[in-house]
Amino acid sequence: MSSIGTGYDLSVTTFSPDGRVFQIEYAAKAVDNSGTVIGIKCKDGVVMGVEKLITSKMMLPGSNRRIHSVHRHSGMAVAGLAADGRQIVARAKGEASSYESVYGEAIPVKELAGRVANYVHLCTLYWWLRPFGCGVILGGYDRDGPQLYMIEPSGISYRYFGAAIGKGKQAAKTEIEKLKLSEMTCREGVIEIAKIIYKIHDEAKDKAFELEMSWVCDESKRQHEKVPEELLEEAKAAARLALEEMDAD
Amino acid sequence: MDCLNLNEPHSMGTTIIGVTYDGGVVLGADSRTSTGVYVANRASDKITQLTDNVYVCRSGSAADSQIVSDYVRYFLHQHTIQLGQPATVKVAANLVRLLAYNNKNMLQTGLIVGGWDKYEGGKIYGVPLGGTILEQPFAIGGSGSSYLYGFFDQAWKEGMTKEEAESLVVKAVSLAIARDGASGGVVRTVTINADGVTKNFYPGDTLPLWHEEIPAQNSLLDILSAPSPEPMSM
Repeated sequence: MSSIGTGYDLSVTTFSPDGRVFQIEYAAKAVDNSGTVIGIKCKDGVVMGVEKLITSKMMLPGSNRRIHSVHRHSGMAVAGLAADGRQIVARAKGEASSYESVYGEAIPVKELAGRVANYVHLCTLYWWLRPFGCGVILGGYDRDGPQLYMIEPSGISYRYFGAAIGKGKQAAKTEIEKLKLSEMTCREGVIEIAKIIYKIHDEAKDKAFELEMSWVCDESKRQHEKVPEELLEEAKAAARLALEEMDAD
Repeated sequence: MDCLNLNEPHSMGTTIIGVTYDGGVVLGADSRTSTGVYVANRASDKITQLTDNVYVCRSGSAADSQIVSDYVRYFLHQHTIQLGQPATVKVAANLVRLLAYNNKNMLQTGLIVGGWDKYEGGKIYGVPLGGTILEQPFAIGGSGSSYLYGFFDQAWKEGMTKEEAESLVVKAVSLAIARDGASGGVVRTVTINADGVTKNFYPGDTLPLWHEEIPAQNSLLDILSAPSPEPMSM
């Protein structure tokens, strides 16, 4: 549903007559143009995966990371303008660090999500700032269990079982809904996410992509880390196999 | 006599104790607040509430310990609202410690933070002079605590019941009161566990007597109207 907000879309501090803030909606479009980012909450942790579109053959694999650790127990996967994302991650790291300095314990994931959402929303309130052009999926594991949050450029933050942002988010959400997340372990979740990302990647429109994945679960001792190399390779192999089987039909 | 100086700062000579047991904590304290040698308050309550589930035992300067408690109560209240659930004992103790450490040059107060939360159960944190924070299975503080180190070495054990813990605390405070001039009055205890908070009060005459202590009298009038003692026969 796209419409031109002629005249009402010049500033983030202007409402349109039908109650929309067009600048925020345009910021969301920037997110929709980026590679897909998926997060799921399994029974023993959270897994996040990014379809990192490779723009140049000169790029070193493993660079331009899209998933960042915010604290020992949580990480963020970013979709949209990478530089904006870097700013959000830096802020989140700062919030987590200052919370621990004052309260003496790791920041609860819910609190962290709230603070990030507040910060993103802040940039939608002043005409001299522009909204962040990126959406963020925040996965963490604290004493209340594993949790998954998604923060949009408008500053909205919700808690999810499964979330997807970026180009293939509709297709990804359909696939995620098919999964039985409450019975799945993170090991299984890694394979499933890889399969989904490979499936929704559009070979025609975008050339190469690199799969980047991270998790925080019981197996990783509740620390946020990159998915171990062998498991990642296993997941990629399973995903390619599933694709071939699909093509063979 | 130059020892009665009413302008001395109020100090809680004090004996304070915090003990964990299987399921919660018991906090105990005496009730004497002194100004020099004058007992300004013989029935003070040194165990102060920070939140529904966390209390703090105060020792040292009465003013300093009160102001620290007030600030921490205020911060914890805001924290609870923000978090949407009760604060943990650890967070309360850390806030106390930050104030104690960052203002160490101006403060003279030793505190014992104790409480119960659903994640860690019953916990005791000692925050002595200088602003160290140390999680301990039991903690003692105040001038009267000097006389209790050996006692606890012998009498403390892991996994006590609520009744055992409470009677240990009462016994310990009364021992300290017997030996420390700056501790006295009544024994107050606060027990915190999953079911909530229970406060108890042990007046002087319910406490055991230790070697050569004179039994408590109910009123000065009883002492004054007692018959003259019989002269001793040689």
